[in-house]
Amino acid sequence: MSSQRSFVNRRLHSLLGVIPVGFFLLEHLYTNYLASKGAEEFLGQVMWLWNLPFLLILEIFFIILPLLYHGIYGVYIAIQAKSNPGQFSTFRNWMFTLQRITGVITLVFVLWHVWDTRIRVVGFGKESTLELAKEMTVAQAETIQNPIFFWVFIIGTVAAVFHLCNGMWAFLVSWGITVGPRAQRISTYVWMAVFVIVSIMGVQAALGFADDSFIQEVEKINALQ
Amino acid sequence: MSNQTIHLIITRQDGPDSQPYKEEFKIPYRPNMNVISALMEIQRNPVNAEGKKVSPVVWESNCLEEVCGACSMVINGRPRQSCTALIDHLEQPIRLEPMSTFPVLRDLIIDRGRMFDALKKVKAWIPIDGTYDLGPGPRLAEIDRQWRYELSKCMTCGVCLESCPNVNSKSNFMGPFVVGQVDLFNSHPTGAMNKGERIEALISDGGLQECGNSQNCVRACPKGIPLTTAIAKMNKEATKHSFKKWLSF
Repeated sequence: MSSQRSFVNRRLHSLLGVIPVGFFLLEHLYTNYLASKGAEEFLGQVMWLWNLPFLLILEIFFIILPLLYHGIYGVYIAIQAKSNPGQFSTFRNWMFTLQRITGVITLVFVLWHVWDTRIRVVGFGKESTLELAKEMTVAQAETIQNPIFFWVFIIGTVAAVFHLCNGMWAFLVSWGITVGPRAQRISTYVWMAVFVIVSIMGVQAALGFADDSFIQEVEKINALQ
Repeated sequence: MSNQTIHLIITRQDGPDSQPYKEEFKIPYRPNMNVISALMEIQRNPVNAEGKKVSPVVWESNCLEEVCGACSMVINGRPRQSCTALIDHLEQPIRLEPMSTFPVLRDLIIDRGRMFDALKKVKAWIPIDGTYDLGPGPRLAEIDRQWRYELSKCMTCGVCLESCPNVNSKSNFMGPFVVGQVDLFNSHPTGAMNKGERIEALISDGGLQECGNSQNCVRACPKGIPLTTAIAKMNKEATKHSFKKWLSF
């Protein structure tokens, strides 16, 4: 019997893209969306997350490793394809191509974003105090208030959300859940709607950070209720 | 009408290892021509558009009624059978290219051998030979017969492989057609006895998992085979099969 390694790799890639990477993206966008509700709401959620037990283990095994696997194996899948939407310009073929393009955009964006926020500002081994959360939030807001980086964030976020939603469509096919053409068509509509809603949430998050008074608001907070 | 000409631009290749080149031909128009009769005209009078005598363009064809799959080529950018490509329905100049996803042997002739290797790999047949008469097989429900009839239309023409972005020199994907053939034999009541073996082969290297859901195959298939439905169905079978296998170790 020949090897089934690529089958296992593909299925693992598909599963990890949803659990935990997809769930993490939704959680992350929800947290950041709270920034549009006010600095206090956002910092409250950050402190709640930072006080989760076994945070570093959660970060390593539920975010970093699955994300790296999905990202690296995904690049391998993307470069293997010979996209041909020019020749076959059907909706699904465009989605196939866009899935690969947004995957690469998302990976580059996420790597930069992790470095810029998690590594550069928060670092490792520091105590998760409100001061550190404020420092991180201000640094983030300063980045997003630069118009170039604002658009980097918008493009990165929308690409990530697209990749998740279209990926969910493909996940349902790859695991044999949506089988027939009608089920797959309805799935397309459902994930399109999810894409619009979650993208709006992501843009709201960026707008929250980009608000002129956001940094002052953060600095005014001395204690959380 | 009688002095009208047909302008063809053909991608030619002298041998398996030689470089492809384009050659133009202008041939007299006759009503109701298809691409094959145009190629036959070039064969009869192999003179290119510059008036130079060249070796005739070679191609492969058999049935001339779109059931054998031999005459597949890329016509105006689309992989399809040349027998059903009517000149009156094509935009000129008509561009003919070999389906270069496959090894090109010469001009428009390709080697579709990999498709037959794939069929052998997934055991796309029903083993009934034995040392004694096995008797009549079980009956098939009408609804299953209808589904199997659709899948049975596959003529290994190669159009689905040519249209698939994941079938190329960088990947070892066997192609969408083979998934439909596994479904065809697994949904037969006698064939179902070897279901597991076919699924095992289908999820080995170059198998089902290489599908990227561009769904070009189902659009390109000249026989309208519901390939993407078969793919999703086999995905479900593969999911069930692997869970069962891992849990029963």
